[in-house]
Amino acid sequence: MSAPRSQPVNDTQLDSAGLARRLSQTWATPKGLWGALTTVDHKIIGRRYVVTALIFLALGGVLALLMRWQLARANNGLIGPDLYDQIFTQHGSNMMFLFAVPVMEAMGIYLVPLMIGTRNIAFPRLNAYSYWLYLAGGLMLWISFALDMAPDVGWFAYVPLSGPQFGAGKRSDIWAQMITFTEVSALAVAVELVVTIFKQRAPGMTLQRIPVFVWAMLVTSFLIILAMPAIMVASTSLILDRLVGTHFFNPAEGGDVLLWQHLFWFFGHPEVYIIFLPATGMISAIIPTFVRRPLVGRLGLVLALIATGVLAFGLWVHHMFVVGLPRLGESFFTVSSMSIAIPAGVQIFCWLATLWDGKPVMRVPLLFVIAFLVTFVIGGLTGVMVASVPFDTQVHDTYFVVAHFHYVLIGGAVFPLMGALYYWFPKFTGRLMSERLGRWVVSLVFVGFNLTFFPMHILGLEGMPRRVYTYSEQMGWQSLNLLSSSAAIVLAAGFALFFIDLLRSLRRGEPAGENPWNAATLEWATASPPPSCNFVHIPVVTGAEPLWENPETIEVAEGLRADRRELLVTSLTEARPVARESSPRNTIWPFLAAIATTVMLIASIFTPWAMVWGAVPLAATLIGWFWPKGTPEDES
Amino acid sequence: MSLARLATGSLVCLSCTACAGWQSALEAHGTPATGLLHLTWLLFVVGALVWICVMAILVLALRSRAAISTQATATPDTRVERRLNRAVTGAVIATALIVMGLTITSFWVARVLSPESSSPLRIRVRGYQWWWQVTYLDARPDRTFITANEIHVPSGRPIVVELSAADVIHSFWVPNLAGKQDLIPGRDNTLQFTAREPGTYRGQCAEFCGLQHAHMAFLVIVDPPEQFEHWREAQLAPGASPGGTQEQQGQRVFQSKACAACHTVQGTSAAATVGPDLTHVGSRRYIAAGLLETTRGSLAAWIADPQTLKPGTNMPMVPLNAEELNAVSAYLVSLK
Repeated sequence: MSAPRSQPVNDTQLDSAGLARRLSQTWATPKGLWGALTTVDHKIIGRRYVVTALIFLALGGVLALLMRWQLARANNGLIGPDLYDQIFTQHGSNMMFLFAVPVMEAMGIYLVPLMIGTRNIAFPRLNAYSYWLYLAGGLMLWISFALDMAPDVGWFAYVPLSGPQFGAGKRSDIWAQMITFTEVSALAVAVELVVTIFKQRAPGMTLQRIPVFVWAMLVTSFLIILAMPAIMVASTSLILDRLVGTHFFNPAEGGDVLLWQHLFWFFGHPEVYIIFLPATGMISAIIPTFVRRPLVGRLGLVLALIATGVLAFGLWVHHMFVVGLPRLGESFFTVSSMSIAIPAGVQIFCWLATLWDGKPVMRVPLLFVIAFLVTFVIGGLTGVMVASVPFDTQVHDTYFVVAHFHYVLIGGAVFPLMGALYYWFPKFTGRLMSERLGRWVVSLVFVGFNLTFFPMHILGLEGMPRRVYTYSEQMGWQSLNLLSSSAAIVLAAGFALFFIDLLRSLRRGEPAGENPWNAATLEWATASPPPSCNFVHIPVVTGAEPLWENPETIEVAEGLRADRRELLVTSLTEARPVARESSPRNTIWPFLAAIATTVMLIASIFTPWAMVWGAVPLAATLIGWFWPKGTPEDES
Repeated sequence: MSLARLATGSLVCLSCTACAGWQSALEAHGTPATGLLHLTWLLFVVGALVWICVMAILVLALRSRAAISTQATATPDTRVERRLNRAVTGAVIATALIVMGLTITSFWVARVLSPESSSPLRIRVRGYQWWWQVTYLDARPDRTFITANEIHVPSGRPIVVELSAADVIHSFWVPNLAGKQDLIPGRDNTLQFTAREPGTYRGQCAEFCGLQHAHMAFLVIVDPPEQFEHWREAQLAPGASPGGTQEQQGQRVFQSKACAACHTVQGTSAAATVGPDLTHVGSRRYIAAGLLETTRGSLAAWIADPQTLKPGTNMPMVPLNAEELNAVSAYLVSLK
């Protein structure tokens, strides 16, 4: 039955079952180690990314518990200053660079191609490469922690503390190089997502019909592309200062320590939205399904995402209100920081209006949405507070700010993520997570979180600075710290239960079927878990809620070949089919290139010559990667 | 037994809360802290009201229930949709107005609290890992003096603090009196405040500055103006000459051992400026930047083993025998 090699096999030539079989052969990833190392399937890589990021989340959570244990009472001798500094630096760097950003991108890697109806992400080999690089960066940071040589200068590594004079050993170099790993992998994924969303949408998925989650990933990807170069410049300059004796940040030689802060926060503030916008996209995906109606003000929501993305680049100085900048400049950043509340308000009120008119189905994903709304609004309001320069001079670098950003990051991003995992777990695995355990998880995490972090607002106003490894009993901070530390146990129990539920449901969850939530978007129009080719037929979209508009049958496009990997390329705005394009086969080269990059980057911590010699094997792997395969050109 | 212990425990907690507040933005005792506290309350009240409104809408929105099998509406009624859009627009306009109001208030507070003063007292504070050097400036150079970790100011008079850093970034923060301001290598910042009434307030470095960031505190002691002048005269005097034989021996040890390589005692040959000026160390309430109350015992303990008490401090352990240690601590505590 197999056609001769020279004869292209078109999907129209096969019956439905035969086509499905043929396509899954074409797109399959071989079993075993070789398959694991060579796969370019966005679903496998996305799943890997999610699992790795969740492991980093758990590890970072353990560090948080250690800090809470140390601070539970005054003058506690459990952890000394050296270890404590490593722990909070590791906690922050890990949560921001190894958990939050990658997990959001990972959800995009898995879901975006499914939600827009294509068979793989754009640049799938780059996708594989990005994962290996991310894993290497994460391992480097954690192995250095195990060896007691982890960074100890805080997750924003201010110079001169992290510079050559005060940051002894290799600790700050490891931090800066970890940034290189994660930024390269994040940039790669951002480029893939932009191209996938722009060029690979199912026919008929015009700009107005793109799911809001996909819009959120698109805006996020642009934020990454525009923000990451700033931190790349910063971390590279730091490495140069430390390794080859440049003086970018040395005031004695005409450098400037504030340059670091400007560069870092020009990236660092958009970073918050890189984490938060995908989370709002998840909320926008969950709410319609669980109130059984489309979003109110869809256009407004999308415009709010874009507005947030633009404003995100005009806020960075609000991290620097006490460094002594001119008053006029600070005023500008107060206005921009306050005004970010407006697009956030648009989103919140659109969601509330959707809930108002809808018929709420109180399942776990929606419960996480509610937990998100209650918590995130507090974080948003304290955000408005700290945007005020005079108020910020009191709370900057105190536990008030620690409380604020955990409300925004856990309330604003982790709650939606957990809801999203409950929501999409059946798509990833074919099984539902437990509704009963899920309710416990929401309750424990919600109560534990608020009791842990709310007291920190008060502690900050009572004068407790952040990043202190201990405090004296004369300060009167013990009761609130003890409350916070005790509640952290409840929060940790919630997370532990969440992980237990994830593992349990993998094998014993209730089978889900294609569309257990009767949701509207395309990822639910294929099997759970999806076949290796995602869709046997590429769907044709006629509205923003395709599965609600045509609940029984959905139109499909035909004409793609079944015997080689082919994607449909569509136009940017109208998503009209313009070409068939071949998609890369499984290959080992991205893995080898990632190893070569890793060796080069890690060795460069010890000698700058590693950049010279390390480029040779890297170039060799890239030549292998791009070696022409002799496949025919794409057809229009 | 457990009940009794619980009761004692909570009493201890209560008494601690009572003695707290000497480093708190919630207990303002000067300008601009009082204005900042009013702003804090305003922001809190507005924020709380907004939160309550949003939560009320949320609760009302969730009053009905449905099952996941409910038929979904792909195209809702346009009339309902228009009504909802209007409601969202209204809420967003309200948000914009509130945010505008808060922005203008913030500018106004910043303007009202911005420094304007005649004949302020100028104090130069320089941050070191992990202590504060304090220099009292005067038009006459011989009336300039240096101290450490304890700042005395007269009540009612504007104070201008000139901030600089010797090594890494630090941040000067006395929440009862003013907001914080960073000390940045290569830059000069100032902070201005006026203390309303006499009192003792604590400040602490707020920008992470390395191993002993947690132990980089200082006191601001607000004296009545005439008492401040007494204090200033006393600080201008050279270090007290040792009275007893033990103190004399202590001075000899101080000058012959490593102590004098880093510290100054005015009026003696010890004139190094690596560590804090010790001319009047015995008169200061704390040593080692707020770590220990100044007693002869704590001085001896600190000299004997600084690395255990404050791991990472730049104060080295100077090998002294028991007799020398005893003498040197007697000498230091006598430097009133």
